[in-house]
Amino acid sequence: MGRLEEILFEVISLTVSKVVEEKNDYYKNRTHYKQRNMWTGILFGLGVVAFIDEALFHQLLHWHHFYDKSTTNMGLVSDGLFHVFSFFATIGSAFLLADLHRKHGFWLKRWLGGIFLGAGVFQLYDGIIQHKLMRLHQIRYNVNILPYDVVWNVVAAILIVIGIILLVQTNQKGH
Amino acid sequence: MHSHDAHTQNFPIIMQLLLAVPFLITLIAYIVAVILSNRHKKQWSYFRTICWIFGNLCAMITVIGPLASLMHHHFVAHMIGHLLFGMLAPLLMALAAPITLLLRTVPVNMARTLSHILKNPYFRFVRNPIIASILNVGGLWLLYTTPLFDIMHNNLLLYVLIHIHIFLAGYVFTIAFIYIDPTPHPDSYIFRSLILLIALAAHSILSKYIYAFPPQHVPVEQAELGAMIMYYGGDAIEIILVFLLFYQWFKSTRKSIRLNRIPV
Repeated sequence: MGRLEEILFEVISLTVSKVVEEKNDYYKNRTHYKQRNMWTGILFGLGVVAFIDEALFHQLLHWHHFYDKSTTNMGLVSDGLFHVFSFFATIGSAFLLADLHRKHGFWLKRWLGGIFLGAGVFQLYDGIIQHKLMRLHQIRYNVNILPYDVVWNVVAAILIVIGIILLVQTNQKGH
Repeated sequence: MHSHDAHTQNFPIIMQLLLAVPFLITLIAYIVAVILSNRHKKQWSYFRTICWIFGNLCAMITVIGPLASLMHHHFVAHMIGHLLFGMLAPLLMALAAPITLLLRTVPVNMARTLSHILKNPYFRFVRNPIIASILNVGGLWLLYTTPLFDIMHNNLLLYVLIHIHIFLAGYVFTIAFIYIDPTPHPDSYIFRSLILLIALAAHSILSKYIYAFPPQHVPVEQAELGAMIMYYGGDAIEIILVFLLFYQWFKSTRKSIRLNRIPV
């Protein structure tokens, strides 16, 4: 019986060390692809926020309107470009993520940092430039809009700060 | 368009046939080519055959039958037709690789002549992503923002010509970005992605523009619903286009990984 336990122990510890080794090997190129991890995250974050905006505020809550008569021509162009860019970014970043894994260069923390930064920047652009300057549409209609605008842009700022912290933390060389 | 109902309600059957028969012919020809070439070559992909069948069916239901008649005087039906005829049918037909099938079916000599013809500068010109985008999305801007849309519904010849243009421009647009058939002088992925982004944005902008400023004689509620169908329905097909383009890009970079092994 003791012999069997020894063999089992041997097999398990060998497997564990092999897995750990492979895991380290799997991420061995991540510092080399540092910038690419960040950009992959930024694109994905941008796409995710645009998706949440469309699904939650346009389709489910019906707060945002498809078109608002006060929209400027620049607003229409900006909306079209960012709408299309958001699904380009989502699909493109998914393939970039697959590419990072293929190259053994994925870095989860840095990728997450990119997501927060991309999400926050787009949220802020949407909240200040598109909603306010280009008057594309408001967050909600027939209510006092100020608290909505404040929450919207403060959330954007928090996302940006979290993103920057994560990106700074993962910025050192040869990690 | 309601004001013209009296003389456009019965979209003449002869015009419907004129637009539908070419698709029937290409549908049968494709299936015959598959059967013939399977005798000598390896089995032709079922996926491609199914794409071709559905692509042709999509095109046919928009030019013949009840939808074709309804499209003539209802803007929402018109928009559904536009999505099927100008976007989905061309995409499905491009995925079916008709040129590849043609080249493997005909005798070698004829295939050589054909591939020589396909290298003609004219095809290279219209297949340029910028030109194809102008023909496709530019044509739509012209149609919906000028009186052309109204004129088209009063002139059957113009109606047929514009529909032929919409289908061909849709097909050329698809093959300008997604290479399924052999493509001489390919454009870079980055260039195609950028132009596709601009072209699709122009399509989205046009949808909202139609919502805001309906074409002449189109009732507001029809224009609004039609515009939203164009916007969201367009997205669904455009997402497939973008996915295919990036998927081809992703696959094509596989080779370079082995060559540029980075030192660790």
